[in-house]
Amino acid sequence: MADHAVTAGGDEVDLSRRKFLTRATIATGAVGAVFAAVPFIESWSPSERARAAGAPVTLDLSKLEPGQMTTPVWRRQPIYVVRRTPDMVSRIAGHDADLKDPHSQDSKQPQYARNDLRSRTPEFLVLIGICTHLGCLPKQRFAAGELYPSWPGGFHCPCHGSRFDLAGRVFDGSPASVNLVVPPYSYPKETLLLIGADEKGVAS
Amino acid sequence: MTVKTATGTAATLPKTGPGGAGRRFWAWLNERMPVEEFISSQATKYYAPKNFNLWYYFGSLALVVLVLQLVTGIFLTMFYKPGETTAFDSVQFIMREVDYGWLIRYLHSTGASFFFIVVYLHMFRAFLYGSYRRPRELLWLIGMAVYLVLMAEAFMGYVLPWGNMSFWGAQVIINLFGTIPGIGPDLVLWIRGDYGIADATLNRFFALHVAALPLALIGVVALHLVALHEVGSNNPDGIEIHDKVDKDGKPLDGVAFHPYYTVKDFVGIGVLLVLLAIVVFFVPTLGGLFLEAPNFEPANPISTPEDITPVWYFTPYYAILRAVPDQRIGALLLLIAVMLFLFVPWLDRSPVRSMRYRGWISRSALAIFVVSFVGLGYLGLQPALGVYVIIARVLAVLYFCFFLLMPIYTRLDPVKPVPERLVYHAH
Repeated sequence: MADHAVTAGGDEVDLSRRKFLTRATIATGAVGAVFAAVPFIESWSPSERARAAGAPVTLDLSKLEPGQMTTPVWRRQPIYVVRRTPDMVSRIAGHDADLKDPHSQDSKQPQYARNDLRSRTPEFLVLIGICTHLGCLPKQRFAAGELYPSWPGGFHCPCHGSRFDLAGRVFDGSPASVNLVVPPYSYPKETLLLIGADEKGVAS
Repeated sequence: MTVKTATGTAATLPKTGPGGAGRRFWAWLNERMPVEEFISSQATKYYAPKNFNLWYYFGSLALVVLVLQLVTGIFLTMFYKPGETTAFDSVQFIMREVDYGWLIRYLHSTGASFFFIVVYLHMFRAFLYGSYRRPRELLWLIGMAVYLVLMAEAFMGYVLPWGNMSFWGAQVIINLFGTIPGIGPDLVLWIRGDYGIADATLNRFFALHVAALPLALIGVVALHLVALHEVGSNNPDGIEIHDKVDKDGKPLDGVAFHPYYTVKDFVGIGVLLVLLAIVVFFVPTLGGLFLEAPNFEPANPISTPEDITPVWYFTPYYAILRAVPDQRIGALLLLIAVMLFLFVPWLDRSPVRSMRYRGWISRSALAIFVVSFVGLGYLGLQPALGVYVIIARVLAVLYFCFFLLMPIYTRLDPVKPVPERLVYHAH
């Protein structure tokens, strides 16, 4: 039989049994190796300390003048909080055709910010100030015509030239594919902004 | 006198005479470890083609730079303190207060750029003479593994000084992983170990840069040498010297690696060290090319440098990334641009190896590739605006065509007859 061999000592060896045992040993060892790898891989996840430091932050909105932007830090990310004037809000309309994702279909934002102004209220815009292209910080270019004559005001990323309007929506011709991300946020009191938590609870 | 050997047989050793003690030690050693056999088979009776030219310096030079990086790196580790609040200051401490710390650090930072210069020229040599062709495909693949590990090592090393370009370079590169569909964002969080580039990121990069990746690098370099010594070196004529041997089996067109090529390599090492010294002592930043200006200010998570550019050795790929208007496709093309090198041994269908015997098509294709690679490297250092983006797109297309059309143009290429023996003129 093909699966049998005879040793030098004359003993008959069942090769198929040997092959099976070899494979079973390798398979068991491989499963063990996978389990043993788990603690090492998990050790790279954010530590308890990093997670605690990532708790929601508050911002007193009464100190922010109309047209101004402030940049609190939440989870090591700059958060752009803009108090838009009625003029700024009016400049958000009218260029939908020049946008990649005007209705925020493919972009990341909580449901309450999935509107053309990408905010809970027209006045305050809250964005994660990190370019959705490769993570640089877009600079504020709020004045109309600041970049070029038809520029309606918004943000411009100095790294790779992505452009966003005053609702954080990305313009055509930018390397970024989606709008700036809106973090979960809420207003516990009228002039108090809570970044990182809303009615659904704290951000994951 | 007689000595019992490990296997129980007796060996007679000389009692006196010049170098008697040394010879006895040599015999004692070789009974326990095959030192003499190793030197003989790998150096004094390891035959390399006798027609090596300038292009054959860069392999040994890469080894020299590796040793330079290991030695200077070990010493930098003695003074460097990884950590968000300590890293930048400890580098300043090395530069200003450690005796000769500036020299050790500049040797290390310049050595990194020299590593890539030498490796790129070494790779170009392979394209020039078809050194990746059968039976050297595995040698080429292991060489590519060296290149990939080196890129990871260089990237992580650049993060350690914790300057603003360290920080933002890390941000851009790590975010590339975020473009992977589905797992991207979680993967980025896992790599960083925090919600942004942070202390956790810096410390794990330090561990990888000073322990894990150097070990991997030494490992793949050792494999590269083992594979090289199995198949032997190619040469500018691209023909096998082992096809024509004398009655003892020694290749007619081969010379012993030692002393003939060890002597030659020492000349190259001398030239390399002179060039290294010129950069280290006179232009250590090389006008922002080897060390970028924004890296002389500390990492600042809320201030992006005016223009984020990687160090010159990554800029060809960076230019490809920026030339694409879609980030996911851009990242994918960057990956493909690097990985295409792996397939070259099978894409090249020319009946001859060396450019010496190839026709105008292969030669032009290689020239176009060099222009596109260097051109993209230049554009990667420039701001991504207007005409630069257009040129980068054209060059990126040429870059990909060099690889993807290779099976076609290498077959159409009018090749010349290959000689029986090496073309060699004694000096």
